[in-house]
Amino acid sequence: MSAIFKRDFASFFTSPVGYAVIAGFMFFSGIFFYVQCLYVGTSNMSTVFQSMFFIVLFLIPLITMRTIAEDKKQKTDQALLTSPVSIPSIVVAKFLSALALFALCLCSYLIEGIILSFYAKPDWSVIIGNVFGMTVMASSFVALGVFISSVTESPMVAAVVSFVINVLISLFDTISASVTWEPLTNLLNAISFQKKYANFALGLISLSDVVFFLSIAAVFLFLTERVISRRRWA
Amino acid sequence: MIEVKNLTKVYVRDKALDDVSFTVEKGSILGFLGPNGAGKSTTMNIITGYLSCDSGSVLVDGHDIFEEPAAVKKMIGYLPEIPPLYNDMTVRKYLEFMFRLKKIRKPMNENINKVCRLVKIEDVSKRIIRNLSKGYRQRVGFAQALLGDPEILILDEPTVGLDPEQIVEIRKLIRDLGREHTIILSSHLLSEVQAVCDKIVIINHGKIVTEELTSSLTKTGASTEKLLLLIEGKRQAVSSLLMKTDGVVKVTDRGEAEKGCFEFMVESRRDVRRLIFKAFAKSEFNILSMTPSQKSLEDTYMDIITGKSEIREEKK
Repeated sequence: MSAIFKRDFASFFTSPVGYAVIAGFMFFSGIFFYVQCLYVGTSNMSTVFQSMFFIVLFLIPLITMRTIAEDKKQKTDQALLTSPVSIPSIVVAKFLSALALFALCLCSYLIEGIILSFYAKPDWSVIIGNVFGMTVMASSFVALGVFISSVTESPMVAAVVSFVINVLISLFDTISASVTWEPLTNLLNAISFQKKYANFALGLISLSDVVFFLSIAAVFLFLTERVISRRRWA
Repeated sequence: MIEVKNLTKVYVRDKALDDVSFTVEKGSILGFLGPNGAGKSTTMNIITGYLSCDSGSVLVDGHDIFEEPAAVKKMIGYLPEIPPLYNDMTVRKYLEFMFRLKKIRKPMNENINKVCRLVKIEDVSKRIIRNLSKGYRQRVGFAQALLGDPEILILDEPTVGLDPEQIVEIRKLIRDLGREHTIILSSHLLSEVQAVCDKIVIINHGKIVTEELTSSLTKTGASTEKLLLLIEGKRQAVSSLLMKTDGVVKVTDRGEAEKGCFEFMVESRRDVRRLIFKAFAKSEFNILSMTPSQKSLEDTYMDIITGKSEIREEKK
């Protein structure tokens, strides 16, 4: 399992994907940081964190698109599946390598925190809490992306489909605001990623939100395992 | 060592494998022969645990691949039809990855160096796999299968894409490995299987057509003896004279080969060369040449897969 994790993580840097994702993340968080913190003169980074929610929706499909689809395309899945590593371990290794790349992006928050410390006293607990919160939230998007990658053989298709689904998820709030039927509004509010993430952005990490994101990740990882196992029967 | 019992695999519409059974003894080389699409790769993919099957079982050293996959997979080195190579890695890094993936408990560098020497890829170890030629890719795939000295090697068309010279080397390597390893090798080239394997399983349309030792397969098949004759004389008369000879079953006129000379294929139940010679010595016709046509394995193979041979009937 650790072999697959290491290989997949390293593979982000043998192609432009890893660099592009990190650069994209730093670029946007840098802009938001400048406009919403430095320019207006506040040390409160919460708005930066909230704005980054939408950027993350775009970036995660790029990280996850190749995870499983590429192996299928290159036939390297034959090496993985005929090795003495179980399918769940393969899936988890691929999930963790994608999540690790994302976590690497979050280092830019720490850099921004350090820049902020030249001007004011940054609220480190909020920043650290956010790195943690965003990783937790990203885990469900990454698991979703890995799942989409497992149902197609083309990384491009995987990226587009997961991007569309991510946008749909982000629209939950807009939809719930415009729907008058109460049960649906309640449901959409209950599963709104953005509302839960907004708490993280403010530095409020509640166990129920963490459990929510982690269980969504678990469900999609389970589904991915099923897809790969099923394919052996096709 | 490997026991394949009643494997059946159904793809969406057709049966890819239909009741396939065979065994491979420890330390022997089994050749898996068949035309493209016969089910060779499917069978190998099932034995290695990549695919599952609809019914039947595969026992490797007493372990069932479906019950104890990890135990079985550790014993097998597999070279699939398309070598499973990560194009973005260097050869060395790739082999190190495969070594760890296979959870091999041996000194890594030593083992990788040994394998690289065996398949002669030491000179490309620092190159990125994407830039390698087909022959090198195939050999890196072979190297990957040899990592950790697995007891069993399963090689799906291992010599495809190699130079003639390399083919000879790889065949020799397989024969050498066959002394200590159990090997299943697939090919659609008969000569290859004939040169390398102890036993041959011929498969066609997902069914086992025959399972024979290489030595005995060359002899069977020839149920009748064939003679190729070149005779000078009148076409009709020659033909009827041949037909009258005791023991001749069938005479085929193959047309005029030279001016006034005709070629005939004579099939008989026993050796009729002397009888034919005597008969023609008395007649006005001249035998210009007489060649016994030997049934080669190639003919046997063609007969078997086109369904002409008696072996097929016997097996039914």
